[in-house]
Amino acid sequence: MIHFVLLISRQGKVRLTKWYSPYSQKERTKVIRELSGVILTRGPKLCNFVDWRGFKVVYKRYASLYFCMCIDQDDNELEVLEIIHHFVEILDRYFGSVCELDLIFNFHKAYYILDELLLAGELQESSKKTIARLIAAQDSLVETAKEQASSISNIIAQATK
Amino acid sequence: MNPFSSGTRLRDMIRAIRSCKTAAEERAVVRKECAAIRAAISENDQDYRHRNLAKLMFIHMLGYPTHFGQMECLKLIASSGFPEKRIGYLALMLLLDERQEVLMLVTNSLKQDLNHSNQYIIGLALCALGNICSAEMARDLAPEVERLLQFRDPNIRKKAALCSIRIIKKVPDLAENFINPAASLLREKHHGVLITAVQLCTDLCKVSSEALEYFREKCTEGLVKTLKDMANSSYSPEYDVAGITDPFLHIRLLKLLRILGQGDPDASDCMNDILAQVATKIESNKNAGNAILYECVGTIMSIEDNGGLRVLAINILGRFLSNRDNNIRYVALNMLMKAMTVDAQAVQRHRATILECVKDSDASIRKKALDLVYLLVNESNVKPLTKELIGYLEASDQEFKGVLTDKICSLVEKFSPEKIWYIDQMLKVLSEAGSFVKDEVWHALIVVISNASDLHGYSVRALYRASQTTTEQESLVRVAVWCIGEYGDILVNNVGMLDIEEPITVTESDAVDAVEVAIKRHTSDLTTKAMALIALLKLSSRFPSCSARIKDIILQNKQSFVLELQQRSIEFNCILQKHQNVRAALVERMPVLDEATFSGRRAGSLPTSVSTSTGTAHNIPNGIAKPAAAPVADLLDLSSDDAPAPSSSGGDFLQDLLGVDLSTASAPPSASQPPKGGTDVLLDLLSIGTSPPAQSSSSASDILSSIQDNTASLANLNGLTSLSPLSANGNSPASPAPVMDLLDGFGPSPQKNEENGPAYPSLVAYESSSLRMSFNFSKQPGNPQTTLIQATFTNLSPNVYNDFLFQAAVPKFLQLHLDPASSNTLPANGSISQSMKVTNSQHGKKSLVMRIRIAYKMNGKEVLEEGQVNNFPRDL
Repeated sequence: MIHFVLLISRQGKVRLTKWYSPYSQKERTKVIRELSGVILTRGPKLCNFVDWRGFKVVYKRYASLYFCMCIDQDDNELEVLEIIHHFVEILDRYFGSVCELDLIFNFHKAYYILDELLLAGELQESSKKTIARLIAAQDSLVETAKEQASSISNIIAQATK
Repeated sequence: MNPFSSGTRLRDMIRAIRSCKTAAEERAVVRKECAAIRAAISENDQDYRHRNLAKLMFIHMLGYPTHFGQMECLKLIASSGFPEKRIGYLALMLLLDERQEVLMLVTNSLKQDLNHSNQYIIGLALCALGNICSAEMARDLAPEVERLLQFRDPNIRKKAALCSIRIIKKVPDLAENFINPAASLLREKHHGVLITAVQLCTDLCKVSSEALEYFREKCTEGLVKTLKDMANSSYSPEYDVAGITDPFLHIRLLKLLRILGQGDPDASDCMNDILAQVATKIESNKNAGNAILYECVGTIMSIEDNGGLRVLAINILGRFLSNRDNNIRYVALNMLMKAMTVDAQAVQRHRATILECVKDSDASIRKKALDLVYLLVNESNVKPLTKELIGYLEASDQEFKGVLTDKICSLVEKFSPEKIWYIDQMLKVLSEAGSFVKDEVWHALIVVISNASDLHGYSVRALYRASQTTTEQESLVRVAVWCIGEYGDILVNNVGMLDIEEPITVTESDAVDAVEVAIKRHTSDLTTKAMALIALLKLSSRFPSCSARIKDIILQNKQSFVLELQQRSIEFNCILQKHQNVRAALVERMPVLDEATFSGRRAGSLPTSVSTSTGTAHNIPNGIAKPAAAPVADLLDLSSDDAPAPSSSGGDFLQDLLGVDLSTASAPPSASQPPKGGTDVLLDLLSIGTSPPAQSSSSASDILSSIQDNTASLANLNGLTSLSPLSANGNSPASPAPVMDLLDGFGPSPQKNEENGPAYPSLVAYESSSLRMSFNFSKQPGNPQTTLIQATFTNLSPNVYNDFLFQAAVPKFLQLHLDPASSNTLPANGSISQSMKVTNSQHGKKSLVMRIRIAYKMNGKEVLEEGQVNNFPRDL
């Protein structure tokens, strides 16, 4: 099971956190600080796994961002690397060559995508296409609602003039 | 519209925060935004609620408190539109976790949304439930989730399946409800549903043996077939990863098969073929393929034995181990560790490669490899393996040295074939990484050396040599100093020379030099210095020619700022100067330390064994619990007829051994043999360590405590701070016996401080022309806070006082209890008494103070006298 997902920039700034196991706010800050200390200092050629408090943290760097997932001892580390890559590819497809700024300004969208990929700390969908389709469908629902709202408010605005 | 709530757009806020140059600036921006959001919340602003919550999520991610937004999540979730709900659920998952009680309030909204007509809203609710639900919510909403497992849209079914995992983890009792629906999901074709269904079954098996039996019987064949179809399927672009169709599904199927096959030969048999196929056919040039192979090897290792498959699996691991990719090597080591329990022989074949990994540049791999090597060591290969590891100790970095040292020490101890080899290896470790060696490890070494009488000479010479080359390894110095002190004569006279040894000439003064270096080195800690001091005392008797020089060195510590050293140096000096007659007996060689007792005690505090599953470090617990009664007297066991040494079994062996007791152990159990008290005291004296004086009635301990008092007062005189926690008695005005005469003092047995502790002089608390009041003080033993005061009122006039009444008042930190006076009539020139009890809650910090009022009738006339008593002794 994936206990949490972290996206940390090379400077140690947190870009996304998702906790599937209960951690208090205090613990979360501590975990992030501890792990960024360990992971950001590791050299580029080293393996992508870190033993940490009886768990394993699998991380991979994409451009300036470190994608980290914390898993149980007997989980498959290589598969988690594959899941991280899967997530990055979906982000890339959604934003069109994703960069860190996309994830900062549209952090909520990154969360929506993650929620279609993982649930309860487990993989939910192995098809990138399906996820893209589901996100697009929900985005369009939001758009329609917005248009409706603006048209109604237009009507009201005109009516009350 | 509210001027605050209009605020900025989310994008603008993020931009503003990003443009901050300093943390203070960022805090200011966040504070302003939070204020605006709070204002909007209190205005119940609906238009911008979702925007405000989005901002809050960002602020939350930066680590600022956002609890005030929690109720807003609930409001957004309760609203009807999809966009609001989407933000609301996202914020709920980010800002709250299952332990917040607010979460309970959302149960109802969740229930409604799980029954919503819009499937995307159902999806949102399932997602939130699966990510953060608590046990109570799981119980409440399980029926809804169960129903959704059969929903028409597969995307809801897969979410419901994962949501079920959370539910059964929270409430395992609910597992049985999910067994049937989960089994039917296994027949689906949709990959998302299949992946989640397999996962659900895996977790069901973990929480319920009933589920395991059910799936094993009904689903094993189906799962094998699914895996076979997957492995043989043609290229499908939607699920393809590096030429393999859906590795995620592969891995999950293999994992479930592992659980089903474990401990069941039939099920294992059923999956043999497909496992062989996967293990041979999957390409291993990409990560995805390796992930599947890794999982497959794990499954082969776990299911019931099939020789051929195992060979295949071990070969794959061998291939992994020689891979250039660090990730692959890491997982190979990980898996080999599991394989140890199945086929240790096969793993041994890869020993050389594994040993290479201990030297890897990657810390994760080093650690894994070391854990594995630790498991690989047995009686037959301990020598070459230890040699390798010790050789590597030189090159390893500081961080890793600690772990490595631990492992080597534990291996050497566990498998050492002979004592000389053990001593050799430990010596190497001490010279290389002495500062990482735990205390009980070098304690154990001393025990072993002490037991190997034929190796005394060899050990002390080797240690002497080692301590000449390296001085910065604290524990090496300690062991060396101890051995030189004990076996100094052997060192100098080259007794017991072994053939393998190179001859060495050490003069007496060389040996003293070695100890002197240890005591004078400024990096030496207290323990080392104290041990060196004892070694010197011992050498003074072994090397009469160096006696004067040793005395000088000992005397130099008289000025030590550490009370411990100061005290010992004075005492030792006293022995050297005035007690030549007992010295030789005092510093005799230690009796052989009982190995069985020591190892027994150690075993008591050691973890049972290294667990192979976690493979984490084998920790030797720090220190050994200090039992209450440490028989310090064991330190220098005089000839047995002289002082009966208390049995060491109950006491702390190590303290006995080294006589280094820097903690406040309780006073030694008195030998209750008054004539021999003197010897006991000497023994106590020689133990380094200040035991707080116990108020024991035996003469020996009393002497001890009086000695302590003397020392303390001396320390006070010199204005030195006492590092040793002397107990309250230290403050008492003890008889100022010159410390140098300490040892002379035990003839006449100074027994002043008896049961009731120190006495206080009486004082005249109040005096007028007609009346005098004096106080006598006493203390109850064991209760320093309480003072018993006996007040005596004396009539100084020739008249009789009637209706005599004494009243007293004290400040809040005191408690006063007045007993009635012996009489209420005070005869002319006579006296009466009255006792009272004062408890000082600030004992030691504030002294007593009291306001008094005395009323009486003299010749029928009322007289009132008042006053204040503030001349109480300070320590009451």
